[in-house]
Amino acid sequence: MNLLTSDTVIKQQIIDQFEKHADELNKGSGSQINRFRKQALNDFNRLGIPTTKNENYRYTPVDRFLHGNYDLELLANPFRINLEDVFKCNIPELDTDVLLILNGFYYGSERQLNLPDGVIICSLNEASQRYPDIFNAHYSKYADTATDGLVAMNTLFARDGIFVYLPEDTELNRPLQIINLTYSFNNLRITRRNLVVAGKNAKAGIVICDHSLCEQSYHINSLSEICLGDHAHIDYARIQNENNLSAQINNVFVNQQANSHFNSHIITLHAGLSRNNFYVKLRDPYCECNLYGLFLCDGNQHVANYTLMNHDSPNCLSNQLFKGILDDEATGTFNGKIFVRQDAQKTRAYQRNNNILLSSSAKMNSKPHLEIYADDVKCSHGATTGQLDNEALFYMRTRGIGVNEARHLLMYAFANEIVSEISVDVLRERIIELIDKRLRGELSRCNNCDIHCIP
Amino acid sequence: MLEIKNLHASIEGKEILKGIDLHVKAGEIHAIMGPNGSGKSTLAAAIAGRDIVEITEGEIIYIGENLKDMNPEERARKGLFLGFQYPVEIPGVSIVNFMKTAINENRKFKGLEPISASEFLKLMNEKQELVGLHSKLTNRSVNEGFSGGEKKRNEIFQMAMLEPLLAILDETDSGLDIDAMKIVANGVNKLKRSDNATILITHYQRLLDFVIPDFVHVLYKGRIVKSSGKELALELEEKGYEWIEEEV
Amino acid sequence: MQMPSQSKIVQGMDASQDKLLTQVTRGDYEFGFYTDIETDSFAKGLDENVIRQISIKKNEPEFMLEFRLKAYRHWLTMKMPQWAHLTIPEIDYQNIIYYAAPQLKPGLNSLDEVDPELLRTFEKLGIPLEEQKVLSGVAVDAVMDSISIKTTFKETLAELGVIFCSMSEAIREYPDLVKKYIGSVVPYTDNFFATLNSAVFSDGSFCYIPKGVRCPMELSTYFRINTANTGQFERTLIIADDDSYVSYLEGCTAPIRDENQLHAAVVEIITLDNAEVKYSTVQNWYPGDKNGKGGIYNFVTKRGLCKGDHSKISWTQVETGSAITWKYPSCILRGDHTTGEFYSVAITNNYQQADTGTKMIHIGKNSHSTIISKGIAAGHGQNSFRSLVKVVKKADKTRNFTQCDSLLMGDQCGAHTFPYIEVENDSAVLEHEATTSKIGEDQIFYCNQRGIDTENAIGLIINGYAREVLNKLPMEFAMEAQKLLQISLEGSVG
Repeated sequence: MNLLTSDTVIKQQIIDQFEKHADELNKGSGSQINRFRKQALNDFNRLGIPTTKNENYRYTPVDRFLHGNYDLELLANPFRINLEDVFKCNIPELDTDVLLILNGFYYGSERQLNLPDGVIICSLNEASQRYPDIFNAHYSKYADTATDGLVAMNTLFARDGIFVYLPEDTELNRPLQIINLTYSFNNLRITRRNLVVAGKNAKAGIVICDHSLCEQSYHINSLSEICLGDHAHIDYARIQNENNLSAQINNVFVNQQANSHFNSHIITLHAGLSRNNFYVKLRDPYCECNLYGLFLCDGNQHVANYTLMNHDSPNCLSNQLFKGILDDEATGTFNGKIFVRQDAQKTRAYQRNNNILLSSSAKMNSKPHLEIYADDVKCSHGATTGQLDNEALFYMRTRGIGVNEARHLLMYAFANEIVSEISVDVLRERIIELIDKRLRGELSRCNNCDIHCIP
Repeated sequence: MLEIKNLHASIEGKEILKGIDLHVKAGEIHAIMGPNGSGKSTLAAAIAGRDIVEITEGEIIYIGENLKDMNPEERARKGLFLGFQYPVEIPGVSIVNFMKTAINENRKFKGLEPISASEFLKLMNEKQELVGLHSKLTNRSVNEGFSGGEKKRNEIFQMAMLEPLLAILDETDSGLDIDAMKIVANGVNKLKRSDNATILITHYQRLLDFVIPDFVHVLYKGRIVKSSGKELALELEEKGYEWIEEEV
Repeated sequence: MQMPSQSKIVQGMDASQDKLLTQVTRGDYEFGFYTDIETDSFAKGLDENVIRQISIKKNEPEFMLEFRLKAYRHWLTMKMPQWAHLTIPEIDYQNIIYYAAPQLKPGLNSLDEVDPELLRTFEKLGIPLEEQKVLSGVAVDAVMDSISIKTTFKETLAELGVIFCSMSEAIREYPDLVKKYIGSVVPYTDNFFATLNSAVFSDGSFCYIPKGVRCPMELSTYFRINTANTGQFERTLIIADDDSYVSYLEGCTAPIRDENQLHAAVVEIITLDNAEVKYSTVQNWYPGDKNGKGGIYNFVTKRGLCKGDHSKISWTQVETGSAITWKYPSCILRGDHTTGEFYSVAITNNYQQADTGTKMIHIGKNSHSTIISKGIAAGHGQNSFRSLVKVVKKADKTRNFTQCDSLLMGDQCGAHTFPYIEVENDSAVLEHEATTSKIGEDQIFYCNQRGIDTENAIGLIINGYAREVLNKLPMEFAMEAQKLLQISLEGSVG
């Protein structure tokens, strides 16, 4: 009889894997990345992989997705990728600076980036060595390895990723488009670590596309720390389109200083498991943070969105809106918390989760929680789970709209509430197009991409 | 155009319509009056094909076809229009998008190409003017946040857009002030042709001051108990529904 | 704090509100007195022997002792639950008296034989036990410490076949019914406090409504903790047979003491086909003093099983007392077309803590549930609402509507909501809404401008805020609840 539970087995596998490769990992990365590993190992050893006994993972059995043998890629694959040949995801007419990350390693851009003076965009590993002052002031300062075993695990294996630094008063001329590709013939365990630092009054748009170029099973542990200085503004949009055997844990730590503004859209079109954790700290007064999420899942897909909105200071505004459409055997989870500290008076914090179940085997769990210690606040949360509105369907049918078309219109309208908030027009239109195709059950790979990445 | 024979219908096992006979020919306007709960809206729902209404006996023949087993959109594409008593709010779906979809689905059914953007725009403007629907409204979600009058006007607007053969207007006059009612009535009158017909379902006589019906029927406890010309409406107004009760 | 004087009370407020305010001026916790009466108490501590002694005292049949011992043995393997948003000091379960009974003469039949001191106690609590004085239409079972003192109107009810008596009596007189249903909704393994209760419960109320009977009067249990250092562990069992109806009320108070006292009750309700039970609680245990000293720990398991089709269970609670409340009156909607309702007002003032809410488990098809919760936190109070709405795969066409509102008064308190929504059926429709707010200065100003002082304005606004729930209470209770709300919040505005 096996006395070990699966999570302890996975934990031990991961620790063994780390110990086996620790030297290579340390050799390949800067000392500023390496110096956090020891603490991370202690924390990971203590916390392990979260199980459903962990309140925050109650409905997301990550351990079920993470067991099995996965290789570690310790060096960037020398295989040169020609973006134009392999991947044609770049959104037509979307004028962006495109950067590539392959299996967690920074590949940069084919073309010269058109960046304002002082702006640094490079690999995380490079930044740790070339810009130690900026790097050390922020790296691992927001993502506390003691909070979550998966955060500890990311810090333990951190090797590379993207580094973005915007000095005071700079603004990117056009959005930065980061393409995260996974391409492998083996089952891989991938770690991605990103750091974005926006100085006072800096402004940037970041678009992230997550894509599989293979049908292998892989597990990505991605972590981004995003720090916004006073009056900084970041628009962050992410489109997740990965294969059904993938498991992605995506941790985003946002730290906001006074008057800063952070917008995020996470659109999950395909994934085996996609777990997005948002930890937002509204550190100073007058910050605004908007988190939007849309997930469309079918088959056995599992999409989980977790948010912790910390209102640490007065006069901040936060909005969370997460919507899901679930078909087949899919499972969706929304697990959100607004935490308002005692001195965070005049807080306005809103949270909403709406879900539509299309099949009798789909499941949705929703946990919209509030924890409030200040009295002069306006907070609300709402959650609904239901079906397409039958009254509306009948109404449309009496106007001659067929039942499928009517259902599609309603689903589309449901999703559109999220997408309509995206500020870049071409991106919004592109996403609308993808969602439209996804809802029609067509492959949602990009138009002119040759790779059938969705099995 | 419409021939209803001995129609019995029930909702959740409760019989509401207990043997309705009704004949409507092209070019005619019929008014169906009756007290609350007499089955007026159930009759409209039965014709439009609402699934909660179960037809237990009798039949509805529309332009020569039995409506049994025909789904609501097919009935609509064959020119049947129901103006709802309580128009449904559809958040997130703009009227423009909604109407465009409806028109194109109807056109597809007739084997026509989708309407061009410019043609559609022209049609929208023309019909909006007809019913006095503010153009600002058409960019809003269907019926969402509309006043009672705006919702009803929107129903007439959609009727104008879809040009039905048979329009059933279920209590389209309720909750309207006199000006709004004139606009609705005006819409109905303007859309009247020799090849189409209208059924007005109403509780009060006042709409019939503006739209002159050819026939008035009184529906009472699931049966049409009296049918006559337009003078019946006036008589009803004067004597009240108690009079019918006594007559029956 | 400024007490509102009679002269300030404005014209135009209705008479009930007038009376209310007079009562408010009387002050803090008005039921804090102690009755000096001879008591038959066990020594402190708990072991199998204590449980056997309780069973012997109650003259119970063997099956009951077995139930108790099974529960006790299971309890020894359990730990106190830690998941609630509460700070619970360590409880020494060996430092509690598990049985304390006011001395009764044996074979009590008429009221003349009840100790006059006890009658006076309940009279002081506003619960006269002499039937001619009782509010017509309410039958009362009065429980002090571990035993039931007196049940009124028993004979009147017996004519209809309604059984309403103390739990001890039911175990002796109706063992078959008790055996069939006890532990069927809250099994002895359910949770730490329910398991402890299963082992040591001393008394409580039992109620059986036979087929087709609509109980003509409200049935009511009044719980009183009197003796120091005792824990109160009552157990209530209500069975509503096919096509029956009953409205059940529960009230509770305790003397003011510096030590905390434990109250761990269990209430089980079973409704068969087409039956309806309405259960209302006005919970006014001693909440502790302004500095958080003393007060009752109220750790209660209440659960109803809508077993039969078309049956309905409705919980209404007004929670103003207790130092710590841990309580989730729930409904298991097993039958088709069943209805579960939960209406709650919970106040925490001073250093009170409450973690309360409900579970609605939809198993039957077409089952509907409604949850309305109004939390009010003042002083240093921490008020948490916790709920689970679960729809299992087979439960077609279920509906739930949840609304939980929180009101905060002052910046030292906290209001928290922890809903869990789990849906496995695509024909279910669930809606959850929640808001958090404070009493608007503009609202108070508006009242002030009409001549209503701030204290009264807050009373008005709070009562308005809680109206939706208070309306669900039977008349007599609604008045009491309204009064309690106001008293509980005294001193919370400066």
